[in-house]
Amino acid sequence: MTNPFGTTITSSDIVEDLSFFDSWEDRYRYIIDLGKQLPAIDESLKTDDRLIQGCQSQVWLEPYYHNGVLSFDVDSDAHIVRGLLAMVMSAYNNKPPAEIQAFDIDSFFNDIDLVKHLSPTRGNGLRAMVQKIKTIAQSNGPS
Amino acid sequence: MNDALAKNINAIDFASIRKDFPILDQDVNGYPLVYLDNAATTQKPQSVIQSLKNYYSRNNSNVHRGAHTLSDRATADFENARVEVQHFVNASKREEIIWTRGTTESINLVAQSYARPRLTNKDIIIVSAMEHHSNIVPWQMVCEQTGATLKVIPVNDQGELDLSAFQDMLSEQVKMVSVGHVSNALGSINPVKEIIEAAHAVGAKVMIDGAQAAPHFAIDVVDLDCDFYAFSGHKLFGPTGIGVLYGKESLLESMQPYQGGGEMIEVVSFDKTTFNQLPYKFEAGTPNIAGAIGLGAAIQYLNQFDRLELQRYEDGLLELATEQALATDDIKLVGTAKNKTGVLSFLIEGTHPHDVGTLLDQQGIAVRTGHHCAMPIMKQFNIPGTIRASFSFYNNQQDVERLFAAINKVKTFLV
Repeated sequence: MTNPFGTTITSSDIVEDLSFFDSWEDRYRYIIDLGKQLPAIDESLKTDDRLIQGCQSQVWLEPYYHNGVLSFDVDSDAHIVRGLLAMVMSAYNNKPPAEIQAFDIDSFFNDIDLVKHLSPTRGNGLRAMVQKIKTIAQSNGPS
Repeated sequence: MNDALAKNINAIDFASIRKDFPILDQDVNGYPLVYLDNAATTQKPQSVIQSLKNYYSRNNSNVHRGAHTLSDRATADFENARVEVQHFVNASKREEIIWTRGTTESINLVAQSYARPRLTNKDIIIVSAMEHHSNIVPWQMVCEQTGATLKVIPVNDQGELDLSAFQDMLSEQVKMVSVGHVSNALGSINPVKEIIEAAHAVGAKVMIDGAQAAPHFAIDVVDLDCDFYAFSGHKLFGPTGIGVLYGKESLLESMQPYQGGGEMIEVVSFDKTTFNQLPYKFEAGTPNIAGAIGLGAAIQYLNQFDRLELQRYEDGLLELATEQALATDDIKLVGTAKNKTGVLSFLIEGTHPHDVGTLLDQQGIAVRTGHHCAMPIMKQFNIPGTIRASFSFYNNQQDVERLFAAINKVKTFLV
């Protein structure tokens, strides 16, 4: 399974899709479905050094830098968090570091009304993952 | 409706109790709030909210030092709250009641002021495998500082302490035993009286973490004969940032404070400083005056009820919830001790607790998910965490029914 996020599914696709839903049921079915489209990472990659510990769920991240483009293997043990990861990937995956640095992730989360999932207290590891990706983009990008 | 609920609804007007808690009357995410996160913190009755408002509107002043009327009023209310707590736990003297920020600080105080100066690398501290991190880490720190060894009472698959293993661990080297009265993650009620007696037989002192017990049943420190007992105000319908350490007077007298500052001193000079008397020597700095007064109001609120009746009613809710959980496919209970209170911890097969918690929240149901600050016991059960519904006497049968209706809906998303 190839990762469609950041290429065939973009962040603006997701903002548009979510704008059609009126009920929380539809929104969360969609988020869970996005998570199902995110390829699971190889079990051997689920190591402590790739783990971003949250107090409620765990996130694993493995970055790749190739031909000037950053791509990521990501996974979580929770379905909704996988869906949220897929959304983050729609913005960050297969992008040059400069584009990742320039992307306004806070506005994106605001647009899709997921800001509450990113509060530090949720402890789901998502905020920490976004920070880590930004740091990776910075260290690989033009200084 | 089971017998316990039916019987108690006749004895106490629980519908009117619910109205004492204004926060419960609101919609969350478009649904009437069902608050089942009481083990994390309890809601506050109007009388507690009013006591805080009254304190800040009328009496706010520093305690024990002002030469004016407001300070006298604040001091009187603050010290009266201490006496409320003294009676609440049946302590013999008000000097045995120390204000702290909460259970965590109470345990740290005993760890640093009692255990640290007394223990050596030959000594042993015992905790249990089901403890909250706040009853593990302070003792690990003391072990690090003194070279003492930390040993752990094992827990069986039901979530009960292995008392015969505990007996085997006891020796004259054991100087301190610290266990929870009720487990926050599993709801198990531990046989602390038996543990205290056995520990005393080898000369060890015993600290009881009562954070999850005080909200559910009466505490009697004299009957328990514990050396130290700790609980938090915010889990007992009082404000956050206030807690209690009870200690036997002779032990508290023999201990040196671990925090210095104002209030806790008698005479300060650069040659020698002498400490204030009990309880003040352990209360450095301006205390949480409003918090203490609010906690006093919470205890007064509880005192209007027969607490045995409240407990029977809560047990009825837990029993009802347990029955419904057992009747629901895919639910696995975590913690099935014979003696339990307040907590239904569970997993839904094939789902992650975090997903379940998020989708329950969308339906106005507040539960806790995760490891509940008790990672060792989660590791023993080989689970990432649980979904925890925890009950108080302002919950009702409808809350339990809403929870399970919402769980059935969650399953259509995830299972």
